[in-house]
Amino acid sequence: MRDAAAVVAARVAATASRAVRAGGGTTLPGRLAMAIAPGIVGRLTARLPRGVVLVSGTNGKTTTARSLSGIFEAGGLAPIHNRAGANLLSGIASALVASSTSGGTPRGDVGLFEVDEFTLPAAVDATRPSVVVLLNLFRDQLDRYGEIDIIADRWRRALGSLPVSATVAYNADDPIVADVGRAHTGRTLVFGLEDAPDHRHGARTLEHAADARYCYTCGRLYEYALVTLGHMGQFRCPQCGVRRPRPEVCASGIRLRGAAGAELTLELGGTSVSLSTTLPGLYNVYNATAAAAGALALGLDAATIVRGLTATAPAFGRGERVTIEGREALFLLAKNPAGFNEVLRTVLLAEQAPVVLIAINDLIADGRDISWLWDVDFEILRDRARAIVVTGIRAEDMVLRLKYAGVAAGRIMMEKDWWRALERGRGALRDGEQLYVLPTYTAMLQIRDLLTRKGYVSGFWKQ
Amino acid sequence: MELRICHLYPDLLNLYGDRGNIATLIRRAQWRGIEVRLVEARLGDAIDPDASDLYFIGGGEDRQQRLAAPDLRALKGPALHRAAETGAAVLAVCGGYQLLGHYYRPSDGPDLEGLSLLDLATVHPGPKAKRLIGNIVIHEAESGQMLVGFENHGGRTRLGPDARPLGRVVAGFGNNGEDRTEGAVWKAVFGTYLHGPLLPKNPWLADLLIGTALRRRHGVVTLTPLPDEEERRAASAAASRAGSGTPPVRAR
Repeated sequence: MRDAAAVVAARVAATASRAVRAGGGTTLPGRLAMAIAPGIVGRLTARLPRGVVLVSGTNGKTTTARSLSGIFEAGGLAPIHNRAGANLLSGIASALVASSTSGGTPRGDVGLFEVDEFTLPAAVDATRPSVVVLLNLFRDQLDRYGEIDIIADRWRRALGSLPVSATVAYNADDPIVADVGRAHTGRTLVFGLEDAPDHRHGARTLEHAADARYCYTCGRLYEYALVTLGHMGQFRCPQCGVRRPRPEVCASGIRLRGAAGAELTLELGGTSVSLSTTLPGLYNVYNATAAAAGALALGLDAATIVRGLTATAPAFGRGERVTIEGREALFLLAKNPAGFNEVLRTVLLAEQAPVVLIAINDLIADGRDISWLWDVDFEILRDRARAIVVTGIRAEDMVLRLKYAGVAAGRIMMEKDWWRALERGRGALRDGEQLYVLPTYTAMLQIRDLLTRKGYVSGFWKQ
Repeated sequence: MELRICHLYPDLLNLYGDRGNIATLIRRAQWRGIEVRLVEARLGDAIDPDASDLYFIGGGEDRQQRLAAPDLRALKGPALHRAAETGAAVLAVCGGYQLLGHYYRPSDGPDLEGLSLLDLATVHPGPKAKRLIGNIVIHEAESGQMLVGFENHGGRTRLGPDARPLGRVVAGFGNNGEDRTEGAVWKAVFGTYLHGPLLPKNPWLADLLIGTALRRRHGVVTLTPLPDEEERRAASAAASRAGSGTPPVRAR
């Protein structure tokens, strides 16, 4: 009875929140529902026939969850999904109440929630998931979360309280995540990349932004037979012998097609399938592989997984294309060093002399500390980018970073106003070219909000 | 003329964009036609006190600091003492700063013994204590010049009589959030909680370190002034995020 009241109240709040443009109504309704009916998340998720899938990690949560959503739909399952990326408990609760009847019955088959890394223990307790997908851990927002080892500890605790029937699908290639996953005594499903193409991938040396360089068991420097991105790859400790677990779900034969997407072959528990995706960059190959592992853990078959992955379109701001006054802009969210490096590589793979717009904010959701800009390898833009428009609250810091990266001052344009920055970027384009927009999280939301108001895109909560 | 830099633990104590400091030292020397030689000293490497004139050590998470501390004492300590006593410049940031003191007492586990190169000790007041996080502005003690940056530390540092504070906190926390001091200086050894890319936005400190290091072998060197327009703009923007004076004040 109380749940029914909470659902109705939350719905009213969601409608009101959108009406006054306070946002997408993605967190307030959930907060309200949890206040009226404590424990509502557990009661609603307990009534989902296929249970709950949680996705967590520093990079790729939104896209992996979206890919899983595509797979579930291809398999005839209706997911209840925090699609807009509100990934704290309030966001999960909001998604649940928005898709439940006034009587408190969820209208869906499976809960699909991306979860903030820090929130994973609380989300596990609240939803009792059947599958947890662990993607990666990179330095990100250190001012907010503290150190990545602290998050790894929280994850270990979260896995310790999982139902015995649950499966943990984890990334073999990330030494920290593998260390967390390996210690889990319940069911696991390991995923990873068997090879990695192009100029950088397939390297044996780590880039600067790599975090987990030293063995989690004995402290010795890992050796890599293959580095894929950041500190991920085929690692091995020469001292104690700990090595990357053998993945049961893995991608091979990877071909990156610039900004257009990628082709890959997936080994899926004994079946080998080839597919192509419109999601660009190697990080999205990881996301697709992770989604495949999560879906396999929930019992979906290979054909369904391929259909779902093929049909998945980029999430807002993550490879999303927007046409502005006849010119195309490609949004590639870039919020931490490892992610930013991959985005830069993807841009340079797509275009010989790209025009790039970099938007750096330092609000709480971005991390107030922008020191990380110095961990990104902007040096690779030096001889390649034709023009770089710099905008955002910390545009001045970004300009300084580019100066020390050796980018000629004449190629850098600073413009604090979002719209004028977009115009200057578009003005530098030649026929047939697109503008590459690389924003931090809140910069992406703010630019997107501007484009929504001007009618170029629809609100993120409608997607 | 050659600037000889030694970067300690570049792949271990490298949290928060610490390498921006090395990039700044190198570029600012090169822009003036000064050659640069960079040596990287990792775990297991011994260092030669006479081979470099400028030493940099960055910050790390607790785990990395635990890995670095015994190695620092055994393989780098005596050389660093000798280098510092003979006029070499040392810049230590955040975790590296703590390791130059007598000890770091974490919230759990045994003390990490430091180098005692700076007369200070650091204590973490426990897992419940709040971390000192945020944009920070200080005024350097001798020149009054501004330093801007970001701090993020759990440990509280207190100075002994043989170290003087690097500066006075204008906005932020500093050494311990209580006595308004920030950082520590002894001879040309500088320690600070302003982590990550401290030198890019504070080029005067970069030049001070370069000048000090060069003096060790080349006598007093006058460094050509650089335009530093982008540096000033970034420093001013950062100061305004810390909520302190300097930047243009907008009417409300």
